[in-house]
Amino acid sequence: MTTSHSLAAEALVAGYAERAVLEGVDLAVPPGKITAIVGANACGKSTLLRAMSRLLSPREGQVVLDGKAVHRMPAKALARTLGLLPQAPIAPEGITVADLIGRGRHPHHGTFTRWSRADDTAVAAAMEATKTLDLAERAVDELSGGQRQRVWIAMALAQETDLLLLDEPTTFLDVAHQVEVLDLLVDLNASRGTTIVMVLHDLNLAARYADHLIALAAGKLHAAGPPQAVLTVETIRHVFGLDSQVIRDPVSGAPLMLPIGRHRLAAG
Amino acid sequence: MSHSSPRRPARGSSLRSATIGAPPRRRSLEARGLWLIAVLAGLAVLCALSVSIGTRAVGWQEIWAGLGGATDTIGEAAVAKRVPRTLLAALAGAALGLSGAVMQGVTRNPLADPGILGVNMGAALAVVLGIAWFGMVSFTAYIWVAVAGAALTVAFVYAIASVGPGGATPLKLALSGVATSVAFSSFITGVVLPRNDIAGGVRSWQIGGVGGASFAGITEVLPVLFAGFVLSLLSAKRLNSLALGDELAAGLGERVALARATSAAGAVLLCGATTAICGPIGFVGLAVPHLCRLLVGIDHRWLLPFSALVGAGLLIAADVLGRVVARPSEMDVGIITAFLGAPIFIWIVRRQRIRAL
Amino acid sequence: MTAAPSLTGTTADWVALGRRRRDGRRRTVAWGLGALLLGLFALTLMLGQSFIPPGDVLRVMLGQDVPVASFTVGTLRLPRATLSVVAGLSFGMGGAAFQTMLRNPLASPDIIGISFGASAAAVIGIVFFGLSGGAVSTFAIAAGLGVALLIYGLSFKGGGAGARLILIGIGMASMLESVIAYALQKASSWSHAEAMRWLAGSVNGATWGEILPAALALVLFGGVLLTRARDLETLRLGDDAAAALGVRVAWTRITVLVTAVGMIAFATAAAGPIAFVAFLSGPIAARITGPGRSLLIPAALTGAVLVLLADYVGQFALPSRYPVGVVTGALGAPYLVWLIARSNSGGGAS
Repeated sequence: MTTSHSLAAEALVAGYAERAVLEGVDLAVPPGKITAIVGANACGKSTLLRAMSRLLSPREGQVVLDGKAVHRMPAKALARTLGLLPQAPIAPEGITVADLIGRGRHPHHGTFTRWSRADDTAVAAAMEATKTLDLAERAVDELSGGQRQRVWIAMALAQETDLLLLDEPTTFLDVAHQVEVLDLLVDLNASRGTTIVMVLHDLNLAARYADHLIALAAGKLHAAGPPQAVLTVETIRHVFGLDSQVIRDPVSGAPLMLPIGRHRLAAG
Repeated sequence: MSHSSPRRPARGSSLRSATIGAPPRRRSLEARGLWLIAVLAGLAVLCALSVSIGTRAVGWQEIWAGLGGATDTIGEAAVAKRVPRTLLAALAGAALGLSGAVMQGVTRNPLADPGILGVNMGAALAVVLGIAWFGMVSFTAYIWVAVAGAALTVAFVYAIASVGPGGATPLKLALSGVATSVAFSSFITGVVLPRNDIAGGVRSWQIGGVGGASFAGITEVLPVLFAGFVLSLLSAKRLNSLALGDELAAGLGERVALARATSAAGAVLLCGATTAICGPIGFVGLAVPHLCRLLVGIDHRWLLPFSALVGAGLLIAADVLGRVVARPSEMDVGIITAFLGAPIFIWIVRRQRIRAL
Repeated sequence: MTAAPSLTGTTADWVALGRRRRDGRRRTVAWGLGALLLGLFALTLMLGQSFIPPGDVLRVMLGQDVPVASFTVGTLRLPRATLSVVAGLSFGMGGAAFQTMLRNPLASPDIIGISFGASAAAVIGIVFFGLSGGAVSTFAIAAGLGVALLIYGLSFKGGGAGARLILIGIGMASMLESVIAYALQKASSWSHAEAMRWLAGSVNGATWGEILPAALALVLFGGVLLTRARDLETLRLGDDAAAALGVRVAWTRITVLVTAVGMIAFATAAAGPIAFVAFLSGPIAARITGPGRSLLIPAALTGAVLVLLADYVGQFALPSRYPVGVVTGALGAPYLVWLIARSNSGGGAS
């Protein structure tokens, strides 16, 4: 379970139709750690995640997993090592929580294989980890936003991948549920050694929960490293075009960014 | 969620996001005026072509005589018949173009069109039921029954499209319109099949055409069309507010439900009455407003009258084309518009961003 | 439900238990549908203008020569019922495959124009080229597949999208409809009658020569489609989520498109476009089996039941005789009304 895989992007250029969103990105994901990708709107965060998980073919460069180019690996083999939770997955109408989580087992099945004990165990473990056992028989449509996100994460866990990529797992959640989801990811990282890469909107939560921050600006890598090194006044000015102050978060000890606008500034 | 939209104008049609995202490109009065003159001139040329070109070649002298009302030679008689036909094509085209523009505005849906929304088939079903079950014979009754059928179908299709998450998206609206059309057309077959006495009439009516036009028929439908034109053209300002989204429109002091109802009523009168007299003619209502937006922009005060004019021109052109391509016989205008319109529809779909669908 | 235990081993048992219970229910429903279909099949062989006792039916089917029954059952009822079943299975399975692939219960091939290619080609063949019999079928099948691929190609723009496929299909459908209307207008009275018979969708006068190709297509395409059932079901989570789970999205989509259109085109060539069977079977099957597993088999069975029932109703239960397509088509409107009513009464979560 704790085998650490290496995932890296090499001179990656990717985008949609005529527009290149990523313009040559080199980065390495530290194995067994939590990495957060941050940046302004439309800087290519989601594109990077999609390219790393093979959803998007790169135009130039490549994404390398354990020395092999991701885009040349068979789809199911890759899906057994690297999981991705997209931003807006769709729950089929009326499906129960247990069945939806079971869908995570797809890459472990061929055309004619039958459901096995290993499948049930993986689903059970995913439900335990995400505390979704009580919801097992409920329809996914009826759940609250926070519960639903836990169920989707459970599905990704049932996939039993050593690498898990998440595209904005906390959007549309209130602050309590955001913290709950991020705590859950830290648990996973600690108990299973899963390498986690996520796109996060909230800089301060990213700095608190991630071991490694990647800051993108205009399709290029601007800074990467531990939060203390990346979340600086200069980086924020370059990436977001915003003046700020960075202080030490009294709760976690991570850096905490306070934006400076044009108004409501304390005298002096 | 229009309150969150100034930064992220997602989910709407590209037209709407253009309204919100960036200030609309200002089209100068002169440019619009020039386009207006060009369109009017084009319309005049097309009218002239329409009375002079047909399956029978006619000389200039005969055309003048025919226009004067003489029916002495076959040529003159042919020309005299082309006059009401041209008038009907102009009226029907204007009605369909305008009704499409209004429907696209009311539903904020770039794919709204009387044909796509199943309105034509609804009007057809109502007329068929009236003939088969209630022995309806008068033409005036046809018109009102068709309008009622059209109105009910619009409400029905819109209700189906609103089912489920996301409300009435362009995709769901189109699908529910087509599903309704298919259901209605099976219904029509079911009603007509055992009734040989009415089958012929219904069949000839199911392809839209203006070939059988007469001044008497046009006079019958004129009051309804007139009411429709007035209601639709008066709704221009309301549609401009509705384009910003219901919440914002309400915030600007618009009575949203009332604005919707009056605009939609105008559109339904127009396409219902047109369908009653010509039969179903598709795609004019879809393609014309898109074309006009390219010419005069998204302000409905310009868009609506332009859609009417261009619609009239398009239908006359399609009618003339139908007389020429299949000589010595004719091709009905409903077939021509479907052939020209479907590729335009596909082009519009390919241009839309997937999100907006 | 008892309170959830917490040790992973026992939790796994508990999870397996719930899964087996849900699967069991689905399996029961599927078997029930199969039994219903078999019963209806037997009944339609026995009932009609005259009653043929089951013993005689059985003897005819075993190849013995029985007076009266040999003609009524062997020549009339058995081919008719068989074609109903084959066409119903094909339409039901193909329709459900499309609805699942495009994630939209309204997006069945008979609505989005995929089926219109076959109809338009058949009418053109009959009216303008004077084709008949097998030539019409071949032409229809080729055109059905061709139009489907064209729609797919047009919808492909930096990655195909389901929504675009549906809308382009609708545009294509209305164009083909006007082709059909034009051809009918130009038709001589004989070819008009022939074309109308083809368009109405009918299993009347079925012959084994018509049934065989459709049945073979059902086995071949249906078989391939069933091997893709799991990928198809995973596709319902969205293209991204499915790709992340190792589904080759574009490949799955094209396979499903070709196989579903293939079997629908063959069934259409044999029985005409029986309206709304492809559209209705999936949602009805989903309603009775419950969500969560592939609908292909239940929907196929539902389709066959629908066609058998509708054909019987069209023949004997109405004041005048109707082809099966008119009866199934008339079911469409109430279904749409029901869709609206359901959403108004309960928010759709049931």
